[in-house]
Amino acid sequence: MGREVLLIEDEENIAEAIRFILTRDGWQVVHLAEGRGAARRAAELMPAVVILDTMLPGASGLEILAEMRSNLLTAHLPVVMLTAKSQPRDREAAERAGADRFLAKPFANADILAVVRELAAGRKTGLGPSGGAAVA
Amino acid sequence: MGISSLIGTRLRERRMALGLRQGDLAQEAEISASYLNLIEHNRRKVTPEILARLAQVLGSELSALSEGAGQPLAEDLRAAAAGFPNAAAEVDRLEEFAGRFPGWAAVTAGLQARAGQLERAVEALNDRMTHDPHLSAALHELLSALTSVRATAEILAETGDLAADLRHRFHRNLHLDAERLAGGAEALVAYLEGTDGGGAAGEQGLSAPLEEVEAWLAGQGWHLQALEDGDLAALAPGMEALASTAARALAEAHLERSAAEARLLPLDPFRAALKELGPDPALLAARFGSDPLTVMRRMALLPGAAAGFVSCDASGTLTFRKPIAGFALPRFGAACPLWPLYAALGRPMQPVQAQVETPGPSGARFKVLAYCQPALAGGFGGPELREAAMLILPVTGTEAGPALGVGSTCRICPRADCPARREPSITREGI
Repeated sequence: MGREVLLIEDEENIAEAIRFILTRDGWQVVHLAEGRGAARRAAELMPAVVILDTMLPGASGLEILAEMRSNLLTAHLPVVMLTAKSQPRDREAAERAGADRFLAKPFANADILAVVRELAAGRKTGLGPSGGAAVA
Repeated sequence: MGISSLIGTRLRERRMALGLRQGDLAQEAEISASYLNLIEHNRRKVTPEILARLAQVLGSELSALSEGAGQPLAEDLRAAAAGFPNAAAEVDRLEEFAGRFPGWAAVTAGLQARAGQLERAVEALNDRMTHDPHLSAALHELLSALTSVRATAEILAETGDLAADLRHRFHRNLHLDAERLAGGAEALVAYLEGTDGGGAAGEQGLSAPLEEVEAWLAGQGWHLQALEDGDLAALAPGMEALASTAARALAEAHLERSAAEARLLPLDPFRAALKELGPDPALLAARFGSDPLTVMRRMALLPGAAAGFVSCDASGTLTFRKPIAGFALPRFGAACPLWPLYAALGRPMQPVQAQVETPGPSGARFKVLAYCQPALAGGFGGPELREAAMLILPVTGTEAGPALGVGSTCRICPRADCPARREPSITREGI
């Protein structure tokens, strides 16, 4: 079981902060700043958790998630979606698309750390994705 | 609060204001200079007896040294600490922090207050996001910057062993994002106030059919020559630019009404009468056998007319808006209840005339004429419908006088003490 996290986030400073938080916790963070090719990269990398922003250049977070879920390799990768939209319908759209967790911006660093740990632990113990209960 | 540890700072300030040396004050108060030094730096609590002696020497009221000041700051700092529970801020030493580093404490409290304001603003605007693509993008930008600020600030606050280069890098990120936040907030308020020239709305898609029609008319200078010629069919190809069916229906209704007004008030004779009688809708209506409301619409929509115009139905909902520079019209929600438009709505058939002043440093004055006309579209037995209109004219130098302070809509109006305020503004406190 790897300790890799694939972070797909176009906001450079947010990505830098998340990378720092997770790296200090022992995770290896692979960062992509755009949506194009992100699903393929996830299939190559098979990370423990994917952190996926909703609004990305190249392809939206929901499009990437749909592509991942349609690929047998990545269909069950744990995905937490980050979004600036906290409307229930946006959350529902993310959950319908197969997101395991949803974090609304602005989130606390502790929240993202907890979600990554939880999703990675669920996968390791064979529990699989938890089914979409929202964290924030 | 008991005896505050901020007392030390106040003692020091008072002593220095009097030009007293630390040693002299200590001697007069019968304590050692080193002990006074510790007290002044808020490192030792002062007993009530010693405080009384110090106050006597300094000629201060005891209460001035021991009560009140600093409480709001302390509350702001407590709130800041509560926002970062993992930082385990030493809340029990909060007063000492505020006393020893008053500048940094004020910065921390100020940032906390600023973050609170922005979060409240974002929360309040959240429900509009899906209705307005430009607003959605602006809020996304704001939330992204806020997320980065929060994450970075937490790292700086909670990571004691952060390497110098990383600390420098995160400080730089924080600075850049703070600037981005400030710029984003200003842009958002400008957009809500409609002071961005309408460009954003025009370029990024309009959500409401009425806005589509207004943008279409604005693009043609609010006047269509084909209406003067009675050739409505000539306008049909141009209406294809309207994206929605609802917008096209509204535009058709507007064109039919404007064509009727053009027939009733022919362009050249109407212009001549306007020049002769001045901008008085009642006199002009009498000249042409029309009504004041029709005349007001015609005045506002003449070629090149420097006049704004709004109309509303009996619910107060704005049904037509032609803007004039300096008088912001709300893009969403209800307008300012102090607008003479609503005074007219409440007393049909009675003219209302006033001078109004818009808020802010760039506040401008306008002469407004408002009038409400009932209609019995359903016959004598049907419901009475009302339409009120307000013509907004620039004030000439000779017309200056008392003016009624009005705004655009409460949500973005900075007049904090307005008696007609129905909800808090997001533009107060410097956002």
